[in-house]
Amino acid sequence: MKSDIRGRIIKDRIFKSLVTLLVFVSLLPLLLILYYITKNGISVINWEFLTQLPRPIGEAGGGVFNAIVGSIMLIIISSVFSIPFGITAGIYLSEKKEGKLCNIVRLCVVVLQGTPSIVIGIIAYIWIVAPIQSFSAFSGGIALGIMMLPVIIKTTEETLKLIPYQLKEASLALGVPYYKTILKVILPAGLSGILTGILLSVARITGETAPLLFTAFGNQFMNYNILKPIDSLPYRIFYYAMSPYPEWHAFAWGASFILVVVVLGFNLIARGIAIKWKVQF
Amino acid sequence: MTSVDRSERNFTKILTISAIIIIVLLLAVFLTLVIASLPSIKTFGLKFFFGKTWDASAEKFGALPFLVGTLLTSFLSLLISIPFSISISIFLGEYLKEGPIPTFLRSSIEVLAGIPSVIYGLWGLFFLMPFVRSLEVLFGTAPHGVGILTSALVLAIMIIPFSASIGREVITLVPSDLKEAAYSLGATRFEVIKNIIIPYARSGIIAGILLALGRAIGETMAVTMLIGNSNFLPTSIFSPANTMASVIANEFAEATGITASSLMYVGLVLFLVTMVVNIMGTYIIKKVSIEASKEVT
Repeated sequence: MKSDIRGRIIKDRIFKSLVTLLVFVSLLPLLLILYYITKNGISVINWEFLTQLPRPIGEAGGGVFNAIVGSIMLIIISSVFSIPFGITAGIYLSEKKEGKLCNIVRLCVVVLQGTPSIVIGIIAYIWIVAPIQSFSAFSGGIALGIMMLPVIIKTTEETLKLIPYQLKEASLALGVPYYKTILKVILPAGLSGILTGILLSVARITGETAPLLFTAFGNQFMNYNILKPIDSLPYRIFYYAMSPYPEWHAFAWGASFILVVVVLGFNLIARGIAIKWKVQF
Repeated sequence: MTSVDRSERNFTKILTISAIIIIVLLLAVFLTLVIASLPSIKTFGLKFFFGKTWDASAEKFGALPFLVGTLLTSFLSLLISIPFSISISIFLGEYLKEGPIPTFLRSSIEVLAGIPSVIYGLWGLFFLMPFVRSLEVLFGTAPHGVGILTSALVLAIMIIPFSASIGREVITLVPSDLKEAAYSLGATRFEVIKNIIIPYARSGIIAGILLALGRAIGETMAVTMLIGNSNFLPTSIFSPANTMASVIANEFAEATGITASSLMYVGLVLFLVTMVVNIMGTYIIKKVSIEASKEVT
């Protein structure tokens, strides 16, 4: 064995350098993507781009204001639908802990989390678009809301599980009813964790395009009616990217820059909340 | 009954109902897909999976091209991403656990996971497509630029964060007394990784790869933009194709009647496949972490 020590050490060194090399190579795409978005995106962005409506091809100028408004509306619709349900289901899971129903719900959350976004798009189409016979912001919001649910449920459950039992016992011992204990003691204690979950889920859906293809559809005009088709940033990027016009490609990069900044911003804020107001006892 | 009692009851009722709604939601998703695809299931049955032609005007539908397209893109992307994701797992789980470089690496991976799929598609169109096109010229095949290889490359980048983060977690779960025992016998780091860490963390790493596979199968936008939207059976990794997800994205908005029903049949298959893959992955991870927590105590 002794004569082989050199060989073994060399093997060890080679392996370590190979791993390190592969790690840094895998960072390359990220750098390239961020570089491309910044290089092609920033030059397009100006006040007009943020506040004007899209113009037909051939006409210079225009912007993506309707897509920004649409994305905000979609986020609001999906949040209104998914946050209350997500939090109550999360409380249920953290309170009951064991039991048949609990395990089934947990399994459902796993399956829902893994369901491809395009399938959720089909569902929202069948449930909402087909009956009212129009693409609508509402159907898009519901599709995105279904995608938010599993993230909110999971983070709520995991956060509330961290809160020590003594806190609950102390409150109950003082004669506070159970529901008030949950609402006024347990929930506030885990608020930052729940907030983090909500922000992460919003970040997840802000960039989703697939469920919007045949629900919110897209709309080159401004629209505030939730029963009518509405534009969104990711849809606009898709639409412009697949077009043959270089002017529109430039717009796609500009919209991508905004979208990446927004999505990463949500992630950053979520992380900041998680670090600053950590749930700890 | 006092008002407190009533609120108490209502509160637990609301909690239970919302939990039940989640189950109902998933069941409704499944049943809706089944009902919507019934006309197609009745007409084509299991032959749907072996039919090579997808022709809306002749109303003849076979999903084999999409099944093959999905399998090729997702497994090719796994093949490309595995060396990278395992390297990241080993690097962060064993070589460098704390300090500025791992923190930077971890946040970079989080950023990579956070970038929307449509932006990967856009970047793929303007960066990967010319690259693959020059490769195709080099190999002497038709220079489409778009196709299975292009989609697999972009998918590989997109799924690295998933398998890497799970891999890192299971590698850090490897008990240090096992590693220390090996070191004390004179093993090198490489030998410890090869003979102790990888075998110990194997099932967790496989679970991470499974979850990444589930994501690759269901990924829609980036693939739709890069795969070339062709309904014929792919002949090589350079040929344009369609995956189950991308054919729905491309054709569903204009589809009616049996075409729409067949697309929903594809959607049903996609739903079931990703469900099985995800449940398997999650189950393995759960088992691994329970075993690890048992060993600590």
